[in-house]
Amino acid sequence: MEASSTGSVEGTVTEALKTFGAKEDQITREATWEEIDIDSLDLAELAQIVEDEHGVKIEGDDMKNIKTVGDAIDFITEKKGS
Amino acid sequence: MARRELPDVVVTGIGAVSPLGVGARRLHERWVAGTSAFVDGEAPCADFEATDHLSMKETRRADRFTQLGVVASDEALLEAGWGDELPYDPFRIGCVLGTGIGGIGTLEGNHDTLRDSGPRNVSPLAIPLMMSNAGSAALSLRHGLKGPVFSIVSACAAGAHAIGTAMRAIQCGDAQAIVTGGSEAALTPLSRASFASMSALSPTGFSRPFDNRRDGFVMGEGAGVLVLEDGESARERGASILATISGYGTTGDAFHLTAPESHGEGGARAIMLAMADAGVTAADIDYVNAHGTSTQLNDRSETAALKTALGDYAHSIPVSSTKSAIGHLLGASGAVEAVATILALQARIAPPTLGYEEPEDGLDLDYVPNSARALKTASPQRAVALSNSFGFGRLSGTS
Repeated sequence: MEASSTGSVEGTVTEALKTFGAKEDQITREATWEEIDIDSLDLAELAQIVEDEHGVKIEGDDMKNIKTVGDAIDFITEKKGS
Repeated sequence: MARRELPDVVVTGIGAVSPLGVGARRLHERWVAGTSAFVDGEAPCADFEATDHLSMKETRRADRFTQLGVVASDEALLEAGWGDELPYDPFRIGCVLGTGIGGIGTLEGNHDTLRDSGPRNVSPLAIPLMMSNAGSAALSLRHGLKGPVFSIVSACAAGAHAIGTAMRAIQCGDAQAIVTGGSEAALTPLSRASFASMSALSPTGFSRPFDNRRDGFVMGEGAGVLVLEDGESARERGASILATISGYGTTGDAFHLTAPESHGEGGARAIMLAMADAGVTAADIDYVNAHGTSTQLNDRSETAALKTALGDYAHSIPVSSTKSAIGHLLGASGAVEAVATILALQARIAPPTLGYEEPEDGLDLDYVPNSARALKTASPQRAVALSNSFGFGRLSGTS
């Protein structure tokens, strides 16, 4: 578990990915979207959930550099803090 | 004649999810036993839980109408012996699925979100789930079908139109096999309200086709899927053949947006075209699976159509309506009823029109009231049936 400031972001991302059908034991920071069968439609939904729960907007271009679960958590956490 | 030289098209697998349960045989057995599936004036697939059959991802990626179609297709492909491997080049196998309304549940849910939470909260899945071709797209994806893949949207004739279109595509060589049928899941507030506003739904909640007391249809949901194959290819691979789709006819009334023309001229012509296409006459028909909606207009017009098309034979051929047991499945009805018809022919049984007690003047065919009976066939070698479907926009399809 990360520090508490990222805990809620991590929780949001993990819960969302589970809802999308990713297997819980495969959701690790290192897991790539491909490995856990998460595609562009899932990521569009994830962006909505993150905006709703954390007020962070993820634009289309941002996603290009987000390849793993950890990338997403770090990006959202950083934007949330800025 | 050139028509008769077209390849034969056979059915090698069937599947259904209906208000009588999951499975084609369950539909047949329960209907023949006289069971109906009405709950509070509707016929839901109450036993159906998508997650019993599909992964979480597949379930989320499909409107209920698609989920029903996918599960019916799994049953049909398994029976066809396609469970492990497709028997032909995937580019030679297509999918043509009918629906009347498509993903209306998804549409309504996302419209609520748009109104209550604004556009940024509308799901990115809204369009891909609600689009009317979502069903054929999902079946293509699940089973790896890469030939012609599209959907037919023609109200309550869609299932029959899909089967007829699939048959033609095989006959003209566009595909060697096609997974076809129809699916519908429109038990939603908007469709209920709209059908009720036009007085199409039964206010008493009874589906009693051809009965004098009938007062509208009872809406149901479900899906029927058939695997159609080029006859020669199916025989070469040693497939079990359940039935032959021997003819198809389709017409439009050019009369009214929703009401049928009272003499059933368009319906009669579709039936006659299907018989001519099949190379049979009224003397060969052993059973008619009627559209039989339980609306005043349809049942009268359909009876007139049958009398015109079948002449003197109309009164001696058993005619029954699956909708007396499962209600009106709209765009799925023609497909689910085709599945029910195939099983009735195989069993040599005429299933009953349930709830039929009070005859109406002029509606005087043999509607097989309330109890199934053995089907007498004109030939000992085969049983021949017509399956009728009619729809808003006034379209007729008979196979």
